[in-house]
Amino acid sequence: MKRPRFELVVDPVACDGAGLCAELVPEVVTLDPWGFPIIEPGEVPAAAVDHARRAVTSCPRLALTLVRMRASAVVGGGTTSPR
Amino acid sequence: MSSVTLRGVRHGSGAPGPSLAEGPSGPLRLLLGVGTGGPTSRLDGHLAQWGPLPSWRGSELIDVLDRSGLRGHGGAWFPVAAKWRSVQAAGRRAPVVVANGAEGEPASGKDRFLLHRHPHLVLDGAAAAATTLGAARVVVHVPQSAVAAMTGAIAERRHRRLDPCPVEVVVAPDRFLAGQESAVVGTINGARPATPTFVGLHPVRQRGVGGRPTLVQNVETLAHVALIARFGNAWFRSVGTAASPGTTLLTVTGAWPDPRIVEAPLGVGLGEMLGLGGQDATSFQGVLVGGYGSGWVTPTEALTTPLTEEAFRAMGSSIGAGVVAFLPVGVCPLAEVAGVVRYLEGEGAGQCGPCVNGLAAIATTMEHLAFRPGMLRSGVAVLPTLCGLVEGRGACRHPDGVARFVRTSLRVFESHIEQHLRRGPCAPGPVFLPIPGRRWSGR
Repeated sequence: MKRPRFELVVDPVACDGAGLCAELVPEVVTLDPWGFPIIEPGEVPAAAVDHARRAVTSCPRLALTLVRMRASAVVGGGTTSPR
Repeated sequence: MSSVTLRGVRHGSGAPGPSLAEGPSGPLRLLLGVGTGGPTSRLDGHLAQWGPLPSWRGSELIDVLDRSGLRGHGGAWFPVAAKWRSVQAAGRRAPVVVANGAEGEPASGKDRFLLHRHPHLVLDGAAAAATTLGAARVVVHVPQSAVAAMTGAIAERRHRRLDPCPVEVVVAPDRFLAGQESAVVGTINGARPATPTFVGLHPVRQRGVGGRPTLVQNVETLAHVALIARFGNAWFRSVGTAASPGTTLLTVTGAWPDPRIVEAPLGVGLGEMLGLGGQDATSFQGVLVGGYGSGWVTPTEALTTPLTEEAFRAMGSSIGAGVVAFLPVGVCPLAEVAGVVRYLEGEGAGQCGPCVNGLAAIATTMEHLAFRPGMLRSGVAVLPTLCGLVEGRGACRHPDGVARFVRTSLRVFESHIEQHLRRGPCAPGPVFLPIPGRRWSGR
């Protein structure tokens, strides 16, 4: 069986820039000049998945989700559409 | 070419077609007979011009739309058939179809024009979608100014039982973000109006109005659907290119004293289409194509590049919502860009940190460049950096649009930027691009 692949996603509406995630999972999260997380796009490296899980549960705004990546998905459409 | 001013009919060409069994043959479709035809705003005139909407079985119309290559004319140019299929696949609950005429782009008027000129074509497209998808209801999301026209048209249709489900009108707020897909759903659901939401794993196609799968489709797109449902995919493709078939409505400002609505065959250069030659390029400093969430191109690029979404994306722009604004000489382009960026910053929903902080920083830097360039000791390199900090980081694409608008302006107005940095700002002068709350000052 193939190892599951994960992506770390932030809900930018919920996020208020507490910045814990950048400390807990520095492998994929850095902070912008205003303290909001910049998440490395794509798959979270296997070695960082546990850290990412901890960041998800520790986020005071519950703004992070670890999403299981699927092979394909319909994306796009809609003016200034959500990603 | 046929066009109309925003304030009424300017001139038209092409006779009204009483017998359109095979569809209009020229590049005029949505503007066919404008200025000469009967009032298609009434159901009788509509049926006389276009004939009744044929009924399609099952998902056949989706296959036809697929073959037609129709893409969304609200701004994103997303394939229509793929969108309908994803709504269809979303679940067991009957979906909702939204005809989206919010048109928050200040420089755009084509959707409002269409709602007044062809309300029944828009409603036919919505009815075709509702029938195909088995929708529970249709919601017409339009600005206050179009409510009476749409309500009247819906009542006319009710008498003849033309719609497969209830059709209602919801007023779109007068905001830039009002037409954004998740904001539309929020407005209809009674949430804070014109505020996009973070849809994450559940796009509105799966969970939208009332929690139902929802198709949000721009009104011009629906009007094209109504014609494809009548005349077929081969007819639709008889104009345009293989990748960009059909026609598109444009709102053209700056080329003439008044803004005009134009129907353009895709794949033809704007110069040829609008009757502007190479020498006219010197009358303009740049051309904004798409809208305020899109990008600038040089006058020569605008006039000579075949009008296709691919070609304009390659230049960092997009046909977007169909705005074509020729910026005349004598107007400071940087003051224009700064004014629009400050407007867009104020129109943000104020929900996402990167957008709130980033757009404020971009707007302030643009204002420095336009009015106090001495403040920018390290030049304009900070602007692409700031753009990079907002792109892809909002719940919606609003920050991405602002970044595109700014990035393309840095290229197209490069020599003017040099001038500001060396010799200081332009003297206060006329303004050009429409900004709500600021008086229109077209050429």
